[in-house]
Amino acid sequence: MLKIEGLTAEVDGKEILKGIDLEVPTGQVHAIMGPNGSGKSTLSYVLSGRDGYEVTGGTATLNGVDILAMEPEERAAAGLFLAFQYPVELPGVGNATFLRTALNAVRKGRGESELDAMQFLKVARQRMKMLSMSDDMLKRGVNVGFSGGEKKRNEILQMALLQPSMAILDETDSGLDIDALKIVADGVNAMRGPGFSALVITHYQRLLDYIVPDRVHVLIGGRIVKSGGAELAQELEAQGYGAVQAAA
Amino acid sequence: MPAVTETIETVQAVTDSGYKWGFETDIEMEFAPKGLNEDIVRFISAKKNEPAWLLEWRLRAFALWKTMAEPRWAAVKYPPIDYQDAYYYAAPTQKVKPKSLDEVDPELLKTYAKLGIPLREQEILAGVEGAGDTPAEGRMPIAVDAVFDSVSVATSYKDRLAKDGIIFCAISEAVQEHPELVRKYLGTVVPQGDNFFAALNSAVFTDGSFVYIPKGVRCPMELSTYFRINAKSTGQFERTLIIADEGSHVSYLEGCTAPMRDENQLHAAVVELVAMDDATIKYSTVQNWYPGDAEGKGGIYNFVTKRGACRGARSKISWTQVETGSAITWKYPSCILQGEDSVGEFYSVAITNNYQQADTGTKMFHIGPRTKSTIVSKGISAGHGQNTYRGLVRIGAKATGARNFTQCDSLLIGDLCGAHTVPYIENRCATAKVEHEATTSRIAEDQLFYCRQRGLTQEDAVGLIVNGFCREVLKELPMEFAVEAQKLLQISLEGSVG
Amino acid sequence: MTAATQTGAAGFLARYEGLKDHLPGARKPWLNALRADAAAQFAARGFPTRRVEQWKYTDLAPLAQAGFAEPLTMVDGTIALPPALAAHRAVFVDGRFRADLSALDGLACRATGLAQQLADAEPHLGALARPDSEPLAALNTMLFEDGLFLDVPAGVDGGLLELVSVAVDPGRPFAFHPRHLLRLGAGARLTLIETAIGGGACLHNPVFEVDVAEGATLTHGRMLQEAATVFHLSTIYARIAAEGTYDNFTVAAGPRLTRNEIHAALTGPRAACHMNGAQMAAEGQHVDTTTSLDHAAPDCASRQTYKTVLAGRSRGVFQGKILVRREAQKTDGYQMNQALLLSEDAEIDSKPQLEIYADDVKCSHGATVGALDPDSLFYLRARGIPEAQAKAMLVEAFLHEAVETVTDDTLRGALTRALDAWWARQGAAA
Repeated sequence: MLKIEGLTAEVDGKEILKGIDLEVPTGQVHAIMGPNGSGKSTLSYVLSGRDGYEVTGGTATLNGVDILAMEPEERAAAGLFLAFQYPVELPGVGNATFLRTALNAVRKGRGESELDAMQFLKVARQRMKMLSMSDDMLKRGVNVGFSGGEKKRNEILQMALLQPSMAILDETDSGLDIDALKIVADGVNAMRGPGFSALVITHYQRLLDYIVPDRVHVLIGGRIVKSGGAELAQELEAQGYGAVQAAA
Repeated sequence: MPAVTETIETVQAVTDSGYKWGFETDIEMEFAPKGLNEDIVRFISAKKNEPAWLLEWRLRAFALWKTMAEPRWAAVKYPPIDYQDAYYYAAPTQKVKPKSLDEVDPELLKTYAKLGIPLREQEILAGVEGAGDTPAEGRMPIAVDAVFDSVSVATSYKDRLAKDGIIFCAISEAVQEHPELVRKYLGTVVPQGDNFFAALNSAVFTDGSFVYIPKGVRCPMELSTYFRINAKSTGQFERTLIIADEGSHVSYLEGCTAPMRDENQLHAAVVELVAMDDATIKYSTVQNWYPGDAEGKGGIYNFVTKRGACRGARSKISWTQVETGSAITWKYPSCILQGEDSVGEFYSVAITNNYQQADTGTKMFHIGPRTKSTIVSKGISAGHGQNTYRGLVRIGAKATGARNFTQCDSLLIGDLCGAHTVPYIENRCATAKVEHEATTSRIAEDQLFYCRQRGLTQEDAVGLIVNGFCREVLKELPMEFAVEAQKLLQISLEGSVG
Repeated sequence: MTAATQTGAAGFLARYEGLKDHLPGARKPWLNALRADAAAQFAARGFPTRRVEQWKYTDLAPLAQAGFAEPLTMVDGTIALPPALAAHRAVFVDGRFRADLSALDGLACRATGLAQQLADAEPHLGALARPDSEPLAALNTMLFEDGLFLDVPAGVDGGLLELVSVAVDPGRPFAFHPRHLLRLGAGARLTLIETAIGGGACLHNPVFEVDVAEGATLTHGRMLQEAATVFHLSTIYARIAAEGTYDNFTVAAGPRLTRNEIHAALTGPRAACHMNGAQMAAEGQHVDTTTSLDHAAPDCASRQTYKTVLAGRSRGVFQGKILVRREAQKTDGYQMNQALLLSEDAEIDSKPQLEIYADDVKCSHGATVGALDPDSLFYLRARGIPEAQAKAMLVEAFLHEAVETVTDDTLRGALTRALDAWWARQGAAA
């Protein structure tokens, strides 16, 4: 379970998050929607511990553990996964090497045994098949020369391998055509269950047609101004953020 | 070569200091008196029971050396070297052939074990009678020549190689057994007076490896030499000569380590390669001499002259080097592309951390028509390290249709280090084509964060990204070497990010 | 032996001894001291030999062995000037300012002969030049008589100004060493179009000291088109303050030996420097571009593109160094040099160089050397274009790339004409 209380944060001395309160219980998928510049990506970076995103107040715990004091890799080992809006390219680093290194680092953090190359390949191939990815992607450099859709699928593949307890999907739908969107959504839905919760950050309601959230929160100006059920997303799509903002 | 996957783990268990090969072997040694003069040159020659022509050759080199000045053009700084304050000959005392490992000097055995040489190879190296030349089960055999300070202590798989007519032995042995070959080729690629350090080496070289691959033979295994500086206040001056006759093929590996000492020790080697028509020589180095401590105290001064002559048509010489050690590295493995359609390659990774300085690169001399060369250099600077790529591509007037491609990339880790690129391109041939590209960058913050979000520690993330950066070079290394090199890169960068 | 018959460095030093009480500013102690220091530097070093790393590829032996006299005191007759490119021009004959040939009325800034402005020039003369490291700058400092003194006050747009240098052949070898001071105040702008023409067995050894203040922009176009008997050795020192820009475009096509040496220092944040050029040489000629760019402040950008085309028995040199100091974080440096060899007897030597001490930088350089691409040539011919014309098209395309970033139409037009004129001469010779 992810629990955020009174979280404030600034970037370059400018306050972006102005007091976030949010609870994502285990087994649930919540969506955060909001216009550009509302602080959606900042929230994902603050939770995952990126340099330059300074927490000025409040708390965030994952399964009861304070994550804000942890290094990014410790948060990853604690079960937090961030699917990047813009997945980073790592020239020369083979995708397979990267995935296996990451998987073993996280497994080690959880006290699980590391997988050897053969075991890893078996697991990876199986997950890749689910995501309609070709084996060839394992041989290429991490995200290097990947299309927008391939990059996002690679993110979902990593999530499927690392088996986090809490995934944050930052604008995972941006730049995806409808087929890729379905594949990605299927990947997320396949993870759903009692041990997994997710925070889906998106600008549009489109993705939420495929990943139906348990709750929807509207983030505007660094605050959650409204929360509701899945129907709230449709409401936003029809009325726009302006209406919500005015009402709040 | 002890280039086995387990090497690092094995050695890490031995010591937990930064440099894992910094132990010293306490072994009975024989030294020549300290200092350098004609008598020392004569002493070395006599000790090796050399023919008169070789003594003359050495004395001529010594006479040349006395007239030469230490080169100062490289971007490296170090206090003056006192050439009289070092031993020019140090060797483990000769014993009779042992019957089993129990009879071998246990200290020497320990050294091999620490260096990660598998037991079977250890037996062979220790010269255990009846150990034969059968490799350990399930492994690709690697023929090893181990050079301990000034002398070659053992060579494995000699008999097996001899079946194919391949000569692989210490150069001192080759002088005795195959004087006609040594005399024919020695100094023909790197003449005695080539440069200050080559002249010094020619005067006082004590051992090294000799390889001859006969016509049409493809060497069935990797050949390797393991160089180890052990004794205090000694310089190491090995000399390696590899001749690949027409249509032959050989892959040769070289590894180097030294104990941790506060003093700086000099290593001035010369390597000469000769490739005849259609011959290929692949020469790989993992250089991990002691780099000095975190404050820059101690470490090896590595002043090395390596050059290959592609004498024959369609011959090929490929240099691959991973330079992680030494306080100072000064080396420019080069190719003289004489034969038509001959090919020269240089793949290099050089890391400087703490106070290490590296000035390294290559020279490609295109003489024959349609000669081709490829240069890929990856320099990584961390701490206060200074890393310079210095290279020359010279295309002669007759090298019609010659091609060169050069790619030099530098990576900076931290803001106290330096990365420099100094390429020289000289072209006298209108139909030649030369391309050079160089970049300098650092590890991007978003790359590091991406890796850490996936659970990698900062150091592992740096290691992964650096290995990616070096991939084009590492893939040129023989498999077992590549694994060791990858780990070395990471170890060399320890403490560089915080 | 008299000064006139002495050769090389000794000849110049003897000339300095003979002239020092008559050179402009001889009664100003500060200038005398400056000249005396320079003379001492030049006496100690002489002309650089090929053993000096920066002169590895350019041999000044023909210069060091020749003797050069002064230019004529008075040039008679009409001086043939190139057609005017702009409303304002400053004309120099044998390095001396000629008000009578110049057109400077109505120029929004001060442009005049340095010899008359020495009092104003005192704080700036020698502020940037390094006679201790460049012997040719020492030679210039020791013997300069005149040059352009340009001062664009803060905030002023000086518009377009021509600098015309004419060498008049007196029928014997001669040398002149103009010293040009170009100063732009904060936010000032100017486009300077320089043309060097003339002939005779002469050494033209100008030194420029270019000071670009905060937010100022100087565009400096150069066309070195003297006769194939001339040694043109120019050295430019430029200092660019925060948010200032210095753009240099040089076309070198004409002299027997051209050395275009530029030292630029980016000393304030967000300063920029663009150095571009095309150098061409044919039978018996030698062209050399040597640049050094000193990134001494953060967030600066530099761009260099140099093209070399060599025909006949000729030689081309490019040396370019980018230095990024520790404090120059976020530097963006790029350098490209490309050479085209049109003859089997041509030789090109290239030495791009990066020296980097800051970690958060993006620096790259590239170099290519080769003949015309046979595939491109074939493609054009397959489309029915005759070989000679196809070659011309490819050479032109190659050269024009060097000036395509010039935004000023007048300057780009002039540079392009200079390039085309050279190529037309090659066609005529072939």
